[in-house]
Amino acid sequence: MNETPLAKPAAAWPMYRALVGIGMLCGLLIVFVYAGTRPVIEANRAAALERAVFAVLPAATTRRTFVLTAEGGFERTAETRGELIHAGFDQAGTLVGVAIEASGMGYADTIGLLYGYAPERDAIVGMQVLTSKETPGLGNKIETDPDFLANFDALDVRLDDSGTSVLNPIETVKQGKKTDAWQLDGITGATVSSKAIGNILAASSSRWVPLIKQRRADLDAGVINEGS
Amino acid sequence: MKALDPTPSTPTDEFIKGLWRENPVFVQVLGMCPVLAVTNSAINAIAMGLATTFVMLMSNTLVSSLRHFIPKQVRIATYILIIATFVTIVDYAIEAISLDLHKALGAFISLIVVNCLILGRAEAFASKHSVGYAMLDGLGMGVGFTLALLCLGGVREILGNGSLFGVALFPAGFEPWVVMILPGGGFFTLAGWLLLINHLQRRRQQASAGMQEVAR
Amino acid sequence: MNEESLWAIFVNAALVNNFVLAYFLGICPFLGVSAKMATAVRMGGAVVFVMLVSSVCAYAIHHLLVAIGAEFLQLIAFIVVIASTVQLVEMFIKKISPALFRALGIFLPLITTNCAILGLALFQTNKEYDFVQAIVYALGAGIGFTLALVLMAGIREKLEFATVPDVVQGTAIALIVAGILSLTFMGFAGLGA
Repeated sequence: MNETPLAKPAAAWPMYRALVGIGMLCGLLIVFVYAGTRPVIEANRAAALERAVFAVLPAATTRRTFVLTAEGGFERTAETRGELIHAGFDQAGTLVGVAIEASGMGYADTIGLLYGYAPERDAIVGMQVLTSKETPGLGNKIETDPDFLANFDALDVRLDDSGTSVLNPIETVKQGKKTDAWQLDGITGATVSSKAIGNILAASSSRWVPLIKQRRADLDAGVINEGS
Repeated sequence: MKALDPTPSTPTDEFIKGLWRENPVFVQVLGMCPVLAVTNSAINAIAMGLATTFVMLMSNTLVSSLRHFIPKQVRIATYILIIATFVTIVDYAIEAISLDLHKALGAFISLIVVNCLILGRAEAFASKHSVGYAMLDGLGMGVGFTLALLCLGGVREILGNGSLFGVALFPAGFEPWVVMILPGGGFFTLAGWLLLINHLQRRRQQASAGMQEVAR
Repeated sequence: MNEESLWAIFVNAALVNNFVLAYFLGICPFLGVSAKMATAVRMGGAVVFVMLVSSVCAYAIHHLLVAIGAEFLQLIAFIVVIASTVQLVEMFIKKISPALFRALGIFLPLITTNCAILGLALFQTNKEYDFVQAIVYALGAGIGFTLALVLMAGIREKLEFATVPDVVQGTAIALIVAGILSLTFMGFAGLGA
């Protein structure tokens, strides 16, 4: 007489062994690759940032990063995240300008850009789009259209008499209708994208320009106090 | 008691089947979700395809090597663990190789982990075959997948941007069909390819049915 | 901290950058479940719920991992938690409301492989949304998914009565309809900017 053997309940040990063992193996693999690629990634990022900063501050040869402290001043930092601005200095060590990151909603998705502000000239002297998912052939003209980019050679952001806000906020106008130095000539066919750039710059400059003007001394001091 | 591995066909056959006969995108209609968004240019399509191929090759290999060690009840969980590991690895690798490519592909690299194709192959093939054959299967499916993505990305870039791999193909006056680069174009292009393949398959079926008639 | 307003986030997730029609996430269930209106609505509801729960979990995991310096485990943590969340949600609903559980049926487990859920977790982390923004984003994404699903189901139900050429039937015609829907949704671009 045959007895059908009772089905054994699923043994717990092989399951734990598999999950934990494979989990640890996977963890090790990831940590190994992470450690190996981190230096390369950091170096790439730093290099890309340098290139962008020098692109928006043409006269600069060295870059120093500052962070906004709780008291509203600036101090040198080696951080890569946070409320950072990047000051550019020329050979003589004089402040050429400050490169600031800003972002905002464009047509398709968030646009991230870097712009250079020169306190001496009370103007934005350069702008480069860092990240954008705008429509190729249309919205992404903001990155390449020479007439549009010419807007950023001397974009007026002078402060009002109280020194606490920008006198004329940046605005985008229809292509060819620019009359004042604080306006941006938009791109026909890429209205939303070019307006977005204007809005991003207006918001960011109204925040940072007064701060930088007021605490300019912190930035100059940052270079002078350098050790080597 | 180890189950006998089913008799495999020749190694070449295992590799080739992923390219056409069992092409993952066009025949099995698997694994399209996370990748349609990045086929708006040929370069992105290839990068995505290669990344997926890498993950599939490595995960098939590991799953196959560990197949006698993984109990049935936890197999899906372990497969997902293994796949997620290699996706994380490929994500860091791409970021280290090219920041621009990483920015262009974005979160979609990480989304390779939910590509039903990879899990499907691990479950259906790698867990039942030896390491060598599992590797070939992963490689074949991956290459087939990459080719399919290239078909999508190439068409979209040529029509939508007038270029291929960034090289302009048409003179400056060419008005690109921008919709092809947009998400809608992705849907249309895939539909177009499926249409073509359906049509070809019907023609072949009719032809062989006709031949059978003649033979009788 | 992301500067977008809550309204902008919601509109963006639901309409302008609809998860299915702009990002191609969740295509599998989208094509598979959109044949009938009733099932589409129920699937949509389940997705909204799971998205909300996953969004909260993803937020918590991300900040925990950053705090202990183990960001490289993010993907694994996300996928494991999402899968477990769906299991837990299933058991929870079964206990609390058997009627709701029966209504949702097979759809709850199907959601695990839904790329849209993981996509949501990844996008909200990349955009560095805070807690409230993340919730609004999840709500918008879920409602947008449901909207696309419902529209698709309505059209496909009508298509049943139309003469569709042989060679286009099935997936191809569904994709073409999806493409047209995607184009229509582009009309929302710029909304909420």
